[in-house]
Amino acid sequence: MDEFKVIDNYLMIRLPDEIDHHKSVDISSKADRYILSKQVGNVVFDFERTTFMDSSGIGIILGRYKKISCFGGKVYAVNADNRIRRILMMSGLQNIVEIMD
Amino acid sequence: MIEIIDRTDTAAVTNRMKLEFAAISDNESFARMAVTAFITPLNPTLEELSDVKTAVSEAVTNAIIHGYENRGDMNDIVMMDCVLRGDVLEVEIIDQGVGMENVKLAMEPLYTSRPELDRSGMGFSFMEAFMDQLEVHSDVDCGTSVKMYKKIGTSPWVGSED
Repeated sequence: MDEFKVIDNYLMIRLPDEIDHHKSVDISSKADRYILSKQVGNVVFDFERTTFMDSSGIGIILGRYKKISCFGGKVYAVNADNRIRRILMMSGLQNIVEIMD
Repeated sequence: MIEIIDRTDTAAVTNRMKLEFAAISDNESFARMAVTAFITPLNPTLEELSDVKTAVSEAVTNAIIHGYENRGDMNDIVMMDCVLRGDVLEVEIIDQGVGMENVKLAMEPLYTSRPELDRSGMGFSFMEAFMDQLEVHSDVDCGTSVKMYKKIGTSPWVGSED
């Protein structure tokens, strides 16, 4: 599946067009399988295709952060548009996630 | 945030749409699309559309996973009742699920009754932030109603953000 790619110690997740609870269940469980089986330390969420996200997206990020942060892993958000950045900020995620262009 | 609205001076109803759908997560995007189509004649900005879609998505998701506990029973029905009064949208999401004992606690930012589900606890906060007004009523074993109001055609966020 090309939505998930492991590069060195990073799991890259190409997020879908719309992130809601329906989609989030699948993304979270797949991500966890990669984190466990490939022993990746960091997770990069790529929002390039994403035009809609509700609080389920926050749940995906927080949940993965909890899984990797105890081993010193980091979470990154890339290609997030203004809307998604605002949603991340509203939830206080800028303290946990490195938001990059 | 639970406020009583004095309806004596509100504008007359100009349109109405009522939907009932099964409480399964596939219908979260369906509900968003339906409300989007319903308000499109008002020429909403992209920002306003996103605000309404996000708020509806949160309320419908709550009804499905909390109200009906994600049982997948086809007899569990979520109702979405949309009313237009001129340029004001009123959208009410109603379930006949388990209800909430403590609405105030549920509305606290970051509070979630189901931490094991990867929920962020931000649902009600997003509804409050993206809509003009929010009313929540809930009775244990009877269900929950979330009613949200938003004026379409004014976008206070545009400009302040960029």
